[in-house]
Amino acid sequence: MKPQHYRERQVTSGPWQIHLVSYQLGDVFYCKADNVSPGANIARGSAATQEEAERIVLKKAEERLARTRRQEV
Amino acid sequence: MSQYAHPEVLVSADWVEQHLKDPKVRLVEVDVDTNSYNEGHIPGAIAWAWNQQLCDTVQRDILSRAGFEKLMSGSGISPETTVVLYGDSNNWFAAWAFWQAKIYGHKDIRILNGGRKKWLADSRELTTDTPSYPPVPYRAQASDLSLRAFLPQVQGAVQKKSAALVDVRSPQEFTGEILAPPGLPETCQRGGHIPGARNIPWSKACNDDGTFKSADELRALYGAEAIDGKQPVIAYCRIGERSSHTWFVFRYLLGFDQVTNYDGSWTEWGNLVGAPVERGAAPAKPMQS
Repeated sequence: MKPQHYRERQVTSGPWQIHLVSYQLGDVFYCKADNVSPGANIARGSAATQEEAERIVLKKAEERLARTRRQEV
Repeated sequence: MSQYAHPEVLVSADWVEQHLKDPKVRLVEVDVDTNSYNEGHIPGAIAWAWNQQLCDTVQRDILSRAGFEKLMSGSGISPETTVVLYGDSNNWFAAWAFWQAKIYGHKDIRILNGGRKKWLADSRELTTDTPSYPPVPYRAQASDLSLRAFLPQVQGAVQKKSAALVDVRSPQEFTGEILAPPGLPETCQRGGHIPGARNIPWSKACNDDGTFKSADELRALYGAEAIDGKQPVIAYCRIGERSSHTWFVFRYLLGFDQVTNYDGSWTEWGNLVGAPVERGAAPAKPMQS
């Protein structure tokens, strides 16, 4: 099998950037989100369409990022 | 354009495709997201989970020599096997595995340039089949601790200004604005960085497609912060994995002789009672040692 429809895009959620990577393998679309800097994975999911996989993962990523505390420097 | 100091440690995707059935080569996927392997991997590749198989799961430490031997043996890897590591996030944790393998003296270990990202983007063959390889005897070398910095060495380097410290975390972690990468658990009591450290995020060593930047670009990147290999270098991050990536760049792509990875990193330093901490951005001009 070869991955198809590989796609990367970046979205902004409040003060945070989210990098989404998705692709299709077989009948499944996989998606992952990382926090751009440093690029750690923060959410993953799969669905029957690329848009749905991205939607699921973006929601999880936003929930997780919302818990990040920022300090005064 | 100048060459990498040790170009033999990098292989291309074409090279991997040509060696998919080579019994002398073992492909190992090491991901940040340990589930990635199950969502398709290079045919014949096995997976190592960084948080279970590449650390001591009881005390905070890397694999013991016996643990490393068990991992290699169980992976069907002999001391003569060519091991090719690759992973997600620009080979972030593949470099962590590479660093440990070099500590225990594995002779021929390489990294797939571009890692999982480029393999996917290039639409190369994937499988969800999990291969099995029979165990083979493996005897590791004694630990090469010249590749690793422990807390007393870092404290000494700070006091004597005897090494350049490179903090490869994000600028927000470096300044102390956040205590962990966004969305990840906080593992330290204080934010900031080790006094005197320069901040050069690890991912700056990579191109957008996940491959490493050229030797000239890397020299320019680190040279701008007075990191040129003429003095000992200590790389650190939060738990030592991002800095193993930078350690790889310094040691194998740029050929620095005296470079160590401080895997205690900020999770150790930022929890020490009484340790000096700097907050905010580094001074504009790097200090010369």
